[in-house]
Amino acid sequence: MEEQAKLPDLTEAERKALEELMPDEMSEIITSGIKRRHFLKLFAVTGASLLAAHLLGIEQLMARSAPIEQQAPVFIENGINISFKVNGSPQHLMVDSRMTLLDTLRERLNLTGSKKGCDHGQCGACTVIVDDRRVLSCLTLAATCEDKKVTTIEGLATGNELHPMQASFIKHDGFQCGYCTPGQICSAVALMDEAKNGEASYVTANVRNKNKSIKLSDEEIRERMSGNICRCGAYPNIVDAIREVHGDKAVAQVWQFADGTI
Amino acid sequence: MRPFKYSTAPDPATAIGLVSANPTAKYLGGGTNLVDLMKEDVMRPAELVDVSRLKYAKIEKKGSGVSIGATATNAFTANDDLIRENYPLLAMAILAGASAQIRNMATNGGNLNQRTRCSYFYDVNMPCNKREPGTGCGALHGVNKNHAIFGWSEKCVATYPSDMAVALAALNAVVQVEGVNNTKRSIPFADFHRLPGDHPELDNNLKQGEFITSIDLPANKFAEKSYYLKIRERSSYAFALVSVAAALVTDGNKIKEVRIALGGVAHKPWRASVAEQWLIGKHATEANFKAAAAAELKNAQPLQHNKYKVALAAKAIIRALEGAMQGGAYGTMEADSTSKN
Amino acid sequence: MSETGKPISRIDGRMKVSGKATYSAEFNQPNMAYAFPVRATIAKGKIASIDDAVAQKEPGVIAVISYKNALKLTPLDMQAQMKAGAGFLGENLPPLQDDIVHYPGQFIAVIVAETYEQGRAAAYKLKVRYTVEKGAVDLKTELPNSKKPKMFMGEEAQVNEGQAAAPLAAASQKVDHTYSTPAEHHHPMEPHATVAVWEGPNKLTLYDATQGVGLTSSIAAYFLGLKAENVNVIAPFVGGGFGSKGLWLHTLLVAMAAKAASRPVKLALTRQMMQTNVGHRAATIQRVALGTDAAGKLSVVRHHTDTYNNLTQFFEPSGKQSLVLYQAPLREVTYNVAQLNRSTPTFMRAPGETPGTFALESAMDEMAYQLKMDPIEFRIKNHTTKDPMKGHDFSSEFLVDCYRIGAERFGWSSRSMQPRQKRNGKYLVGYGMATATYPGGRSAASVKVHMNSKGDVTVMTASIDIGTGTYTVLAQTAADALGVPVDRIDVKIGDSSLPPAPLAGGSQTTASIHPAALEACMLLRKELAALAIADPASKLNGRKPEEIGYADGKLFVKGDDQKADTYLNILSRAKRSEIEACATTLPVSGAGLTVPSALCTPSQTPPEQNSDTKQYAFHSFGAQFAEVWVDEDFGTIRVKRFTSVQDVGRIMNEKTARSQIIGGVIFGIGAALMEATEYDKRWGNPVTRTLADYHVPVHLDVPPIDVHFIGKPDPHISPIGARGIGEIGITGVSAAIANAVFNATGKRLRDLPLTPEKFFDV
Repeated sequence: MEEQAKLPDLTEAERKALEELMPDEMSEIITSGIKRRHFLKLFAVTGASLLAAHLLGIEQLMARSAPIEQQAPVFIENGINISFKVNGSPQHLMVDSRMTLLDTLRERLNLTGSKKGCDHGQCGACTVIVDDRRVLSCLTLAATCEDKKVTTIEGLATGNELHPMQASFIKHDGFQCGYCTPGQICSAVALMDEAKNGEASYVTANVRNKNKSIKLSDEEIRERMSGNICRCGAYPNIVDAIREVHGDKAVAQVWQFADGTI
Repeated sequence: MRPFKYSTAPDPATAIGLVSANPTAKYLGGGTNLVDLMKEDVMRPAELVDVSRLKYAKIEKKGSGVSIGATATNAFTANDDLIRENYPLLAMAILAGASAQIRNMATNGGNLNQRTRCSYFYDVNMPCNKREPGTGCGALHGVNKNHAIFGWSEKCVATYPSDMAVALAALNAVVQVEGVNNTKRSIPFADFHRLPGDHPELDNNLKQGEFITSIDLPANKFAEKSYYLKIRERSSYAFALVSVAAALVTDGNKIKEVRIALGGVAHKPWRASVAEQWLIGKHATEANFKAAAAAELKNAQPLQHNKYKVALAAKAIIRALEGAMQGGAYGTMEADSTSKN
Repeated sequence: MSETGKPISRIDGRMKVSGKATYSAEFNQPNMAYAFPVRATIAKGKIASIDDAVAQKEPGVIAVISYKNALKLTPLDMQAQMKAGAGFLGENLPPLQDDIVHYPGQFIAVIVAETYEQGRAAAYKLKVRYTVEKGAVDLKTELPNSKKPKMFMGEEAQVNEGQAAAPLAAASQKVDHTYSTPAEHHHPMEPHATVAVWEGPNKLTLYDATQGVGLTSSIAAYFLGLKAENVNVIAPFVGGGFGSKGLWLHTLLVAMAAKAASRPVKLALTRQMMQTNVGHRAATIQRVALGTDAAGKLSVVRHHTDTYNNLTQFFEPSGKQSLVLYQAPLREVTYNVAQLNRSTPTFMRAPGETPGTFALESAMDEMAYQLKMDPIEFRIKNHTTKDPMKGHDFSSEFLVDCYRIGAERFGWSSRSMQPRQKRNGKYLVGYGMATATYPGGRSAASVKVHMNSKGDVTVMTASIDIGTGTYTVLAQTAADALGVPVDRIDVKIGDSSLPPAPLAGGSQTTASIHPAALEACMLLRKELAALAIADPASKLNGRKPEEIGYADGKLFVKGDDQKADTYLNILSRAKRSEIEACATTLPVSGAGLTVPSALCTPSQTPPEQNSDTKQYAFHSFGAQFAEVWVDEDFGTIRVKRFTSVQDVGRIMNEKTARSQIIGGVIFGIGAALMEATEYDKRWGNPVTRTLADYHVPVHLDVPPIDVHFIGKPDPHISPIGARGIGEIGITGVSAAIANAVFNATGKRLRDLPLTPEKFFDV
């Protein structure tokens, strides 16, 4: 299960093979942060079995979920053609007017990082960033996303390098089952911008004080993250993770108190 | 969710024309409540006209007051400098509602069009006169601890869920609407939402196709002394059991002007006019706040499971007035916390 | 052991923070259809008619399945299921086999459609008519018809019934009160979901959100008439479970739907279905009486529980801890169980102890106050080092240390015994504490370890990581047992074709699979050693196995580490591209849950170290401390600080272990302050239908939580010495909070959750 951690994106061998197969698309593939499953898809398309055995060996589980070319269903009532950008890549597809952005990501674009926790705006697991603001993709109809820029958890890392918030969540164990995690992280990333803008919250002592680049207290972080529910109860660790990124300085990993040392 | 036709209107007139012509059409703003209700099969519009891109998103000075655009988001509104400076009560109320993500999506117009969160309304297998007139009120003799203590009828005991609207009620806002053929009208906030009476299916007095263009806030002197208090079952991201928007203008310690509106207690934001009347000209003391609150709550009619709301609302009025007296920088339990750092 | 215990970050962390961890609903398949279940709208009765003519014609509809046309399943037969090693459904109700409705929300049909949107819309068009019967929907109303169950999971359910009356009458001091807890729902963040793929008429793959791949495979196989080895259940990542992810009906429904549609089918429950179709913790009404002598020595503990069940033998065993904690010559623990037409109760995080410790530990606080004793001193005075019922020693027990260390860390000494003594601005401040306890279970398990010619190691077992850290701690154990770095170790779990492991429930995963992992690694080392010993080219040639040690990827002669041979060289010279070993560990008496275990090499662990429940009682203990701030005007309570000290045996990874405990404490904060499912008393439907009504804690509800582990390995549970930690964290929490509320306000609240209205005497 660790293939992604050990080989987060493409290995040298895979990259070379890909270059040989489709040199023209290579640069775009690299800059758009191609992910393994897309790579597999390309291989399926090109019929290159050269590396298939190798890939199957190292990622049995992924291979079982081998990416499907998610065609538009045969018959859609009220189909809407939409064009928008997801993690920098243009997407054009026809969706049922009823389809949410969340289901579009998960069922049509193979971007399953955004999670469906309640489907009614009551948990925050589906949080993505649309045009620089954190929103709930479960209550966003895909049809309304024309021309918009969507960033999901899959789009936060730069190549192999995790976004600082992602790295901080790992360091502080800001998750257990991992299901609310993409939403928590997208929410936290957007929160950093809200703090820079000096936006207020309900626990802000006085909303009339309009300072920019505010330093959020733990209580402020908690209130502003309260739209992201974590049933495993990683909250204190999530606050630590966010505080470290927000404060640009290392936050002690609190587990260390157990033996009295930091 | 039933099938529906989706369109984006290029301009307001087109949008208004489409929705006015089709009784099964609805405007789509942020969708935070409408999409939720459509997934529950509570609302079944056959057509959605997306108005979220219409150019009604400005917050600007208008006369001596401020006009907030209907398609501006709640988050944008709460963080607008004009609002924070001049109407901190509104900013606080908006920020007390929902979550950051929802406030980023929800529009001001949509906020006023929210529907009740009564779970009998939400459950299509339960009786509910609001959802399906004539089926009865499930909550009247059901689980009604979150329901109304003022202004309810045998037909409906639901409460109105918005926080923002409670502040707007206190601020005597005016809702600007536009209908077909460029007909415009202004609705004083007190007349915007309805009590259930015999027609709980009607939440407010908008006619089919009427479109909220802006909400106007008259100038006032409350910015120094206002407070929005929200009491809920968990500390955030929950609807109010009771909320209070309170605003004062005092001369020394003497109350010249006062506004009090309650959330979570009625089918609409409940202006506590009895308490307001009682307080005018009196000193801003805890005893007077208490007496005013008691006078207001004397008229409450609790249901089987919500008697607690009567005492709670009285205490909340007192606390909110105290908060307003302290200039809004009073803080909730959360803001008072030990870990304020 | 150098890796075990270290607070390393989760090895699956990178996948989880990148959105690459794949949960069951994300295993999209070519040509996949979507299933949407339809639920009953009455509490009790029969389906008079199902008219699917309109639904069938809805766009995209592939099939409408109800009892009229559903695949016939193997009938329910507890004995046959046990014999087949299949285990039980969450509710004993194979789906769509007849027209009977047992509770509101029961699945009565399923729509299969091209898209999710189409399936959901077609479900509205199914016309169902019922013959309605009067349902039993309210616990209090049904209590006169309740029964006294004889057994609970193999133990006597009614203990010393009627015997407490006399000692209570004779007691110098007595408390006797009723405590109640509401129905609660697990609500893991990932709703249950299954993707079913038939790989032929007799072979099925289920990507299923389950706490037990083996369990799901065997039960699904039984009901579908397949061989268990032909039902492959896969769940590499599971988004929380808390007891709710056993095998519920939707997993069978989707298999039936996939068969009917001849296509792969996905079924993901809605959050609303999570309130009715995957179990819940039943409400309890508990009466607890304690009697002491004048000096505060307990003479008697009586704990009676009224609760309910439906479609299962399980009921909430809230008297459990009252058979374990404290010395008292007599304890009486009894149950009355009514049958309701309500969705099925099941295991939920610390079943029994969660509501039970609320009642017992509140009563202990009430008695201490009555005796004018410090609550900790009262507990220490009545502390027991033996299982009070069976008389066995606890295998390892440091409860008094938990009290003392907790009191010190928390600053308990500044607490005033008299309530209402501490204020902070508008708030009344109170301190409260309670004891935590949960059994230390262990089951049979098998683990296979594989090493390739490059030295990469794979550890394999059909266990599950529901967020507990199984991936990470298994890698740590194997790293130590083989002397290789953690990052050379891959862990494969969540696949029923792997060597069997118990379900991830009952806080037993670590205690069960780590001894097997240790054993498998040892077998692997032995085999490597045998190769080296036999190889004239090896520096170990001709040595005795017991002379050989291991470290850093090599074997060496003890006392002369110049005489060494690397694993890679041993394999290479032996022309072996890989080597593997598989071990099965069988505890002397499987404490708690067991699985049928395909035997690998059985371990030879001496009984003294092998969970012999005839010799020892296996329990974890802890002490919970809460500081609350109460706004008396509003009845709002915030937990401002929490300290949890736990005696749970060896800690396998301090970081993930701490996370488990804080998670438990937060679950407890939810139970104490806000969680409750309310049902309409006329129709029996849940009125709290979604996460908007069923409140669970949010960020702002949660204070800093201080966790401390005693960390002393349990010498008798296994050679590893770890007991489970998934559940103990929640126990005692609601009592600690309610006791703190009493200390703050002088109000004794005995009805959970402590929502604002509980403060107003109305």
